[in-house]
Amino acid sequence: MKYTEIMVRYGELSTKGKNRKDFIGRLAGNVTKVLRDFPQVEIHPRHDRMHIVLNDAPFKEVDQRLKKVFGIQTYSPTIKVEKTLEAIEKTSLSLMNATFKKGMTFKVNTRRSDHQFLYDTNELNKIVGDYLFANMSDLKVEMKHPDLVLRIEVRKDAVYISNQLLHGAGGMPVGTGGRAVMMLSGGIDSPVASYLALKRGVDIDMVHFYSPPYTTEKALNKAKELTGILANYAGKINFIAVPFAEIQETIKEKIPEGYLMTVQRRFMLQLADKIRAKRKGLAIFNGESVGQVASQTLESMAAINDVTTTPVVRPVATMDKTEIIRLAEKIGTFDLSIQPFEDCCTIFAPPRPKTKPRIDKAREFENRLDVEGLIERALAGIQVTAIYPNDKFLADKAAEDAALL
Amino acid sequence: MIYFDNSATTKIDPSVLATYDQVAQTIWGNPSSLHKLGDRAFQLLESSRKQIAALLKVKQDEIFFTSGGTEANNWAIKGTAFQKREFGKHLITSSVEHASVANAFNALEYLGFRVTHLPVDKEGRVNVNDLRNALDSDTTLVSIMGVNNEIGTIQPIDEISDLLTNYPTVSFHVDNVQALGKNIWQRVFTPRVDFSSLSAHKFHAPRGTGILYKKEGKMLAPLHDGGGQEKGLRSGTENLPAIAGMAKAIRLLLENEAAKAQKEAAIKGKIVAYLQDKPGITIFSPVSADFAPHILCFALEGIRGETLVHTLEEHDIYTSTTSACASTKVDEASTLVAMHIDNKVATSAIRLSFDETNTLAEADEFIKVFDQIYRHFATINHLGE
Repeated sequence: MKYTEIMVRYGELSTKGKNRKDFIGRLAGNVTKVLRDFPQVEIHPRHDRMHIVLNDAPFKEVDQRLKKVFGIQTYSPTIKVEKTLEAIEKTSLSLMNATFKKGMTFKVNTRRSDHQFLYDTNELNKIVGDYLFANMSDLKVEMKHPDLVLRIEVRKDAVYISNQLLHGAGGMPVGTGGRAVMMLSGGIDSPVASYLALKRGVDIDMVHFYSPPYTTEKALNKAKELTGILANYAGKINFIAVPFAEIQETIKEKIPEGYLMTVQRRFMLQLADKIRAKRKGLAIFNGESVGQVASQTLESMAAINDVTTTPVVRPVATMDKTEIIRLAEKIGTFDLSIQPFEDCCTIFAPPRPKTKPRIDKAREFENRLDVEGLIERALAGIQVTAIYPNDKFLADKAAEDAALL
Repeated sequence: MIYFDNSATTKIDPSVLATYDQVAQTIWGNPSSLHKLGDRAFQLLESSRKQIAALLKVKQDEIFFTSGGTEANNWAIKGTAFQKREFGKHLITSSVEHASVANAFNALEYLGFRVTHLPVDKEGRVNVNDLRNALDSDTTLVSIMGVNNEIGTIQPIDEISDLLTNYPTVSFHVDNVQALGKNIWQRVFTPRVDFSSLSAHKFHAPRGTGILYKKEGKMLAPLHDGGGQEKGLRSGTENLPAIAGMAKAIRLLLENEAAKAQKEAAIKGKIVAYLQDKPGITIFSPVSADFAPHILCFALEGIRGETLVHTLEEHDIYTSTTSACASTKVDEASTLVAMHIDNKVATSAIRLSFDETNTLAEADEFIKVFDQIYRHFATINHLGE
């Protein structure tokens, strides 16, 4: 038994008109991206569904990737068979044998667009149902809420049979929500915020601050590798590394301890905003959660947000840490996030940061510095890396280890 | 050459040696170093630990690397005794343990701990009822081996585990140095086992490394204090080339485990069938599900084990008196003594120990050679007359 095609149903059906066309176009493009190493796969986006013809590409592998494409509500792996009763029966039986577990209920649901076909829908339902009963045990029919629906579609060219309804990632196709920058640290929260931004169709560029030699190469690579995990949901993500050591050293030297953190964050936001403008983004996303740490009290947020009028979107703002962790585990970033490499947020963290900084003071202290020069030099040093799904950066020697062991 | 002394040590597997060599030359950083050489070594160390844990179906955090079986046994026993000394000073073991267990208990006895040595039956097996009677409120540790190294008895670890389920505060250590890869692992490594020892060179890996399995949450006092390696419990720079080699050797050992054990059992069976009913020969390791497939101990009346070992050696066949560790000493085999075997017979015992590299053809050759020796000695000693 081998699946020959996949029928994809779209999410967010409320979108209409041009938006809908854009939605479908983006989704087709994103599906093409995640399946780019299977050139034989054909993708046919239609107004109500998308058909993916596998042409011998392995379903299991394709399945794993489709699960992470936003904009897909559900999908069904399907087998195309010739239009003979024998082929329909045999394929139906092998599909049922592969998915049926004792105690499940089922029904047969035939649709016929080829009205020339020898049997009509009721006849086919009955014939195939009888055939299954004769060849399987413990079958039980249930019309209203069956566990399995064996769907037989008789079309002009062939008959298409499926019996599974798999759930996609939901959400909107990445790209339909516009462009934005995402402030990615390497902790638990910002990868989750990235995932949520992508889920709403926002195409994000990662902005990551690093401060060698205070931070190690590993911390930078960890952020890149996290991006590699998130790229599963986007196809490709640009990673922008911003050197931050000079700014941090300057702040450490010239700003009173209580405001070290606030001013640092103001610089980060200004840098992120400059990068956003250059890349024609519309918003800044970050992983702040209200009240979690000193920099994330509403007072701090206000004092930091003061540097820009660009929308700053905080997808995890109101989530509990446990909720964020659960999501991080689900999307596969948690284990990497908890690797203990110091990032630039922690190295110059003052022992007693102000949890209620004042905006006027923050501005006043910041004015003592050559803000423009510092920002200009940081921007001159940025490095952009295009990151693809599951790209590895943390010298992953698993393959070498496996060969040795 | 016929090597029938695999319970003493095994020949290193060439592919394991290749791993050792490669790690020693290319991944030679100290796993504790901060730089990337250290980091690489640390990664491989943890990969090794992960692989071993997966193969033994335990958690990665439960595998601790030691310098071998002797250290693992000493650590589990003394570490537990020290750790729990405030809760009790009574320890229980059997009277047929390997010297690294028996002498660890002797040392503790000298320090004031009370030690019960459980007797064994005529097959060298402890009785669960004896253990039940020995347990008291002062008991902190039970240590019983999985497979006896001298005659191959499989101890009733499963029954003991059932009994100890009712004594959750008693730590249970099983010396499994002879038991891995013999298709009996579930019997000697039950979920109730808290500590278990392994030695790498018993399965074609390098000397100088071994494992102590320590169940998650079990407290154990360190015996090696120092730089805090192995979660602070076993200091000393990790012997990474040997550890990596051991991880590989365990993987190889457990491939087709059942078939290998069967092959060993067939070799043992063939030789037992020949020895059976020969006047003057006593077999201590019958063909039975309660004996390991790879150990065969028997005695030829009237001839010292040592003499027999050397006679076989002249024919390029390598065997041992009952335990290589004890075989240079004059005193007789401790397991056989504990079984109340007559001294004269006990000192006549030799041990053959097989592994998957041995063949049935070697068994035939052994029988051919031994038959000549047997006839010679039988005539001298008037056996069967």
